[in-house]
Amino acid sequence: MIRLLHIEFIKLWNNRASKVLIISYFALLTSIALVAAIKFDIGPIKFHLADQGIFNFPYIWHFNTFITAFFKLFLAIVIVSMMSNEYSNKTIKQNLIDGLSKKEFIFSKFLTVVSFSLVSTIFVFIVSLILGLIYSDFNEISIILTDLEFLLAFFIKLTGFFSFCLFLGVLVKRSAFALGFLILWQVFEGIFRGIIRWKFFDSETTDVIMGFFPLQSMFNLIKEPFSRLGAVQSVANQMGEQLALDYYIHWYEIVIVLAWIAIFVYGSLAILKRRDL
Amino acid sequence: MSTILTVNHLTKKFGYLTAVKDLSFTIEKGNVYGILGPNGSGKSTTLGIVLNVVNKTSGEFSWFNGQSSTHEALKKVGAIIERPNFYPYMTALQNLKLVCKIKDVPETKIEEKLELVGLLDRKNSKFKTYSLGMKQRLAIASALLNDPEILILDEPTNGLDPQGIHQIREIIKTIAAKGTTILLASHLLDEVEKVCTHVVILRKGEKLYSGRVDSLQASFGFFELKSDDLEKLTSYLKNNQHFGNIKQENGLVTAILTSELDAQTLNKLLFDNGIIASHLVKRKESLEEQFLALTKNANA
Repeated sequence: MIRLLHIEFIKLWNNRASKVLIISYFALLTSIALVAAIKFDIGPIKFHLADQGIFNFPYIWHFNTFITAFFKLFLAIVIVSMMSNEYSNKTIKQNLIDGLSKKEFIFSKFLTVVSFSLVSTIFVFIVSLILGLIYSDFNEISIILTDLEFLLAFFIKLTGFFSFCLFLGVLVKRSAFALGFLILWQVFEGIFRGIIRWKFFDSETTDVIMGFFPLQSMFNLIKEPFSRLGAVQSVANQMGEQLALDYYIHWYEIVIVLAWIAIFVYGSLAILKRRDL
Repeated sequence: MSTILTVNHLTKKFGYLTAVKDLSFTIEKGNVYGILGPNGSGKSTTLGIVLNVVNKTSGEFSWFNGQSSTHEALKKVGAIIERPNFYPYMTALQNLKLVCKIKDVPETKIEEKLELVGLLDRKNSKFKTYSLGMKQRLAIASALLNDPEILILDEPTNGLDPQGIHQIREIIKTIAAKGTTILLASHLLDEVEKVCTHVVILRKGEKLYSGRVDSLQASFGFFELKSDDLEKLTSYLKNNQHFGNIKQENGLVTAILTSELDAQTLNKLLFDNGIIASHLVKRKESLEEQFLALTKNANA
């Protein structure tokens, strides 16, 4: 396993484009700390974002995992191109001839995907912990440790998304087309939702059905955190509305994404096995 | 003698096209094999199948008597097919280190093999800056990293300039001299003739011949003769039981042997019969002539 990871590391780290993207990705993850610096001080209006409670434990776990998940697109490019480059350089052929099995090849890519997700999760954990310790109003250990399942969801969400990218890379063989396909798929899920909502089902059933689609199921893992903010809640209360949203992560949502991960990884392997290189 | 590769009734179809048809042969340790055949005769497809990159339609093959799985066996094989495939953004050294990791061998041999192919001073240049000849030589170095039991080369001199071709041939000869088993696929006959001891000849995916180069045609060779008195010469040869077909072209008589006869004996026989030869050469058919004869027979 270490050998396979090492092989992928050599391939990625010596590629300048990948290196730049990976470094900027982690720089962006860190940059979420800069949000803390947002401060308006215009006469009577004083606004300091950090004082709005976004960095309070345990809310910070939810907020940071939701926001940072958008940066995953950077790594998606890296992953799609690391797969399609193997095709365009024909190095996949040489790798197999040199004695890597097709299973090992896919497994080494999947290990890379898992490592990326794991490192991102640890990164977000550390950044959030530091931000929280500085700005949070509550610093009891028990509160800090509440809602850590958002990190688990974050990890699974990234692994799922990257596995999807990996699968597209194997399927399409060209990085630009694979990324295009990813966007196309996002649009397709949107259109499909529109159609079944319009013609067939009510809003709730539509949500249930869409929850089985790859991108939507990944998105469902971490719900939007904004309506949970104290300020938003109080505004809603003044308007006489009760925001009763379900923020929690459900086991079946995790199972759906895990199933997609399995489908993508085994699908990639099946394609590779069937194809003549 | 131990068997390295056994191929049994291997068939590969690309849609309606049959690229390899019921092919069987074995590769023994210590020989230098050539796979011969015109373009599109299924050479590369056959190699692709045994190297795990092309799926077979039917039949089977096994490495080292089937003692290990194909990908484990391939770690003991060095192979280059068609054109050199490396990561263009990495240097020669980085590429070879990667191959070492894949083959699970220590990195100690890298310098030695780069030296062998004459690329040691360019080891820190990126692969994309290499010329085609250098790329091909790097590929050979890479294939040798594990000191393979067998080296497989598919058209190693394709697209190279004469100097490059010469360099590659010298390298192949050096390797063959060390006792490494080599399997060389080519459509260049003189290339195969120069280095190979055994050949497998393919045409349209079918095997025409496999065996030793020198027993490719069970012939005794032929004589080329010249004399001032051509008529006397030909009539003598026609009456001699050693000879079959006699041809005369531009004053040169070609007499095909039907049984063993050496040049010295013939010279003496002719002299005793009052015929003085001004030119007497005993020759074997070249591989090219044999190959053309074989593929022509198959056409008919």
